Amino acid sequence: MARAAASRRSFLGHSYNLVGVVASLVIVAWTLIAIFAPSITPHSIGDIVEDDYFGPMRQGLWLGSDYLGRDMLSRVLMGARYTVGISLAAVVIACFSGVVLGMIAAVTGGWFDSCLSRFLDAMNSIPSKLFGLVVVAAVGSSIPALIMTLAVIYIPGAYRFARALAVNINTMDFMTVARVRGESTFYLIGSEILPNIIRPVLADFGLRFVFIVLLLSGLSFLGLGLQPPLADWGALVRENIGGLPFAAPAVIVPSLAIASLTISVNLLIDNLPQKIRDRDA
Amino acid sequence: MTNLVEVRNLQIEATTDAGRVVEIIKGVSLDIADGEIVALIGESGSGKTTVALSLMGYARPGCRITGGEINVNGKNLAALSEKERAKLRGTVIAYVPQSAAASFNPSSTIMEQVIEVTRIHGLMSPEQARRRAVKLFRALSLPDPEGIGARYPHQVSGGQLQRLSAAMALIGEPKLMIFDEPTTALDVTTQIDVLKAFKSVMRAGGIAGVYVSHDLAVVAQIADRIVVLKGGEVQETGTTAQILSAAQHPYTRELLAAFEPKPRQAHADTDAAVKPLLRIDNVTAGYGAVRDNGLPLIRAVDSVSLVVEKGRNLGIIGESGCGKSTLARVIAGIHPAAAGDIVFDGKQLERASGKRSQDQLREMQIVFQYADTALNPAKAVEDIISRPLAFYHRLDRQARSKRVDELLDMVRLPRTLRYRRPSELSGGQKQRVNFARALAAGPKLIICDEITSALDTVVAAAVIELLKELQRELGLSYIFISHDLSVVDAICDEIMVMYNGERVEQITPDRLKAPTHPYSKLLFSSVPKLDPTWLDGLVRDPELVSQYGHR
Repeated sequence: MARAAASRRSFLGHSYNLVGVVASLVIVAWTLIAIFAPSITPHSIGDIVEDDYFGPMRQGLWLGSDYLGRDMLSRVLMGARYTVGISLAAVVIACFSGVVLGMIAAVTGGWFDSCLSRFLDAMNSIPSKLFGLVVVAAVGSSIPALIMTLAVIYIPGAYRFARALAVNINTMDFMTVARVRGESTFYLIGSEILPNIIRPVLADFGLRFVFIVLLLSGLSFLGLGLQPPLADWGALVRENIGGLPFAAPAVIVPSLAIASLTISVNLLIDNLPQKIRDRDA
Repeated sequence: MTNLVEVRNLQIEATTDAGRVVEIIKGVSLDIADGEIVALIGESGSGKTTVALSLMGYARPGCRITGGEINVNGKNLAALSEKERAKLRGTVIAYVPQSAAASFNPSSTIMEQVIEVTRIHGLMSPEQARRRAVKLFRALSLPDPEGIGARYPHQVSGGQLQRLSAAMALIGEPKLMIFDEPTTALDVTTQIDVLKAFKSVMRAGGIAGVYVSHDLAVVAQIADRIVVLKGGEVQETGTTAQILSAAQHPYTRELLAAFEPKPRQAHADTDAAVKPLLRIDNVTAGYGAVRDNGLPLIRAVDSVSLVVEKGRNLGIIGESGCGKSTLARVIAGIHPAAAGDIVFDGKQLERASGKRSQDQLREMQIVFQYADTALNPAKAVEDIISRPLAFYHRLDRQARSKRVDELLDMVRLPRTLRYRRPSELSGGQKQRVNFARALAAGPKLIICDEITSALDTVVAAAVIELLKELQRELGLSYIFISHDLSVVDAICDEIMVMYNGERVEQITPDRLKAPTHPYSKLLFSSVPKLDPTWLDGLVRDPELVSQYGHR
């Protein structure tokens, strides 16, 4: 550790930098809020507590009131729960299915790979908002339906990404050695390929999480997301859009919340801690 | 200033990702006179390439020149600005890389790339440059000197490309040429043409050179003086004759010793009935569309038969593209044969590995050339070696751990290495781990596909010794595939020569001096000898060369 670069420090054999730490603190904070939202909201999200709509920030109503005079702080805190929860569930399903299918396709090859790739390419060509619209029109809007819709929209991307990485690993001699040993496909993808692609896959996971947050907010903004009085951040922006001329905090705060979460996730991905490899120092 | 190059007390440092500073070059001093060719030799990691690159004032990313002087043609490159150094590169100093194939731009013609240097430095008009390039092509005895410039890099052979990269370096009329292992990637038969061409242009132009290599026999042909490096320090300097005949330093002697033919192990049980372990009959395999007769369009292996006896070794030798690696893959079932029988230990084997039984797979292991890609970089050595133990032998965790220790002992690796990742090992260590994994399966036959060709001479000799010892202890058989005759000679009981997918001859090492097939003759006569006069005195039958050589 003679001359560690100024912006990077080390901890537990990993080096990290300040931007990454701040970003992860923001993410941790929003996660905690999402978990404990019901017990920390000062008011119920449906209660009209103020006569004035689009009220300014004041004591007791720290983020002002919305277009019906409801407490904005409570609505943003509860909104975190829906935005983070739904997006996280969707991204986990999308990335897990996409990555597993992608690795299987790369290892198996042949017609299985071709069919699956073409099918998912076709899926990819459907515009995501239109797809969401059709699903909501068909089955109605509920949290499970939203999660599944968002997941299905992002599976092809995760599949393509994982397959491209896995195809490169698949040509390595250690894959041939494992195959000649007689290993099963699941051993090949889980034990030989996955450890080699896990870092880019995690980065992709974070990026996809951001896309899903934005798409969910977009769907909610169009009125296709959560139904009132529940509201995620996108829905909060939409229902309070009328407050824009009054510079109401009701429209600015949820926008800032979306921005802070997505930008933090992005920055964390770019500044993940790096393992220090040179151990015989 | 009397010499063209005077390096004084050169120091180069690198910074690791933990911020630790490592000294790579520890005070190297070196002189090169006008027109003199100096070879830098040493094992991988000895700093020979780093020293060679520093003569251009260049240090690879992460490294920097921290001390000393690099005087080339009266200018201290260590003190010049990057812009001033760039002016010297290509005009005073030129560089010929190890892999010409990777250094050419595949999307522009050869001529454009060869004369690029003159354009960058504004040396001459493009017309003049082209004329000069053609002259150089002729001097380097390239075929069709007028037309070859119009081709693209993939349209010429590897040996030609290497000579073209020399033409690229020579076009700016440099005073110093730096060759970075330019023939390592070439076949012996091609290597000779390239070496001869290099030697004649260097001599004709009176150009000084630095030749980086780990192959002492090649260096002996081309260098006036030899500098032996190890661990970033000069171990020994002397004229080629001095080094070859009276090396002082132990490391140099070790290098030389690796060239001595090893005494062969005698087989006491020669008379005992030896049973064939593996027999393949008329195996054909290849690539491309399958035609009506059930054979592929391009036949990489054509009706090859061979027998490997228990406890004996078979060497398969031939140049790149002769089908020897495909044959190995066919035997292992990685690339299923299109026709022919494979009989292993008395039982007919399925052609594809997927259909063979687990025991059949276990008893025949294959070890690949590049340990870098054959070992999963994300796993620790312990996990790599213990997988066959868990998979084939179903050992529990404790038994596995004990066996891993034994296997590491067997391949002469310290037990503490088990927690490391492959990237933290040296080339020789990686190849030993690669081999230990094959041993872990408990095989009867190990197919070694060029396992020493990525290693330098001393390390390769140690690996071969290890293989012999393990054979004595465990009664293994090897199929040893190589393009290096001396390696095969050291370990094999019989040698099969392959050319163009076919078996041309099978001989025993005792009769190595007298091959009967013309291709074997050409191949065996092309292996460089330590004698510095060998290349100049070499006369090859022009008919043979035109028939079998790839110029």
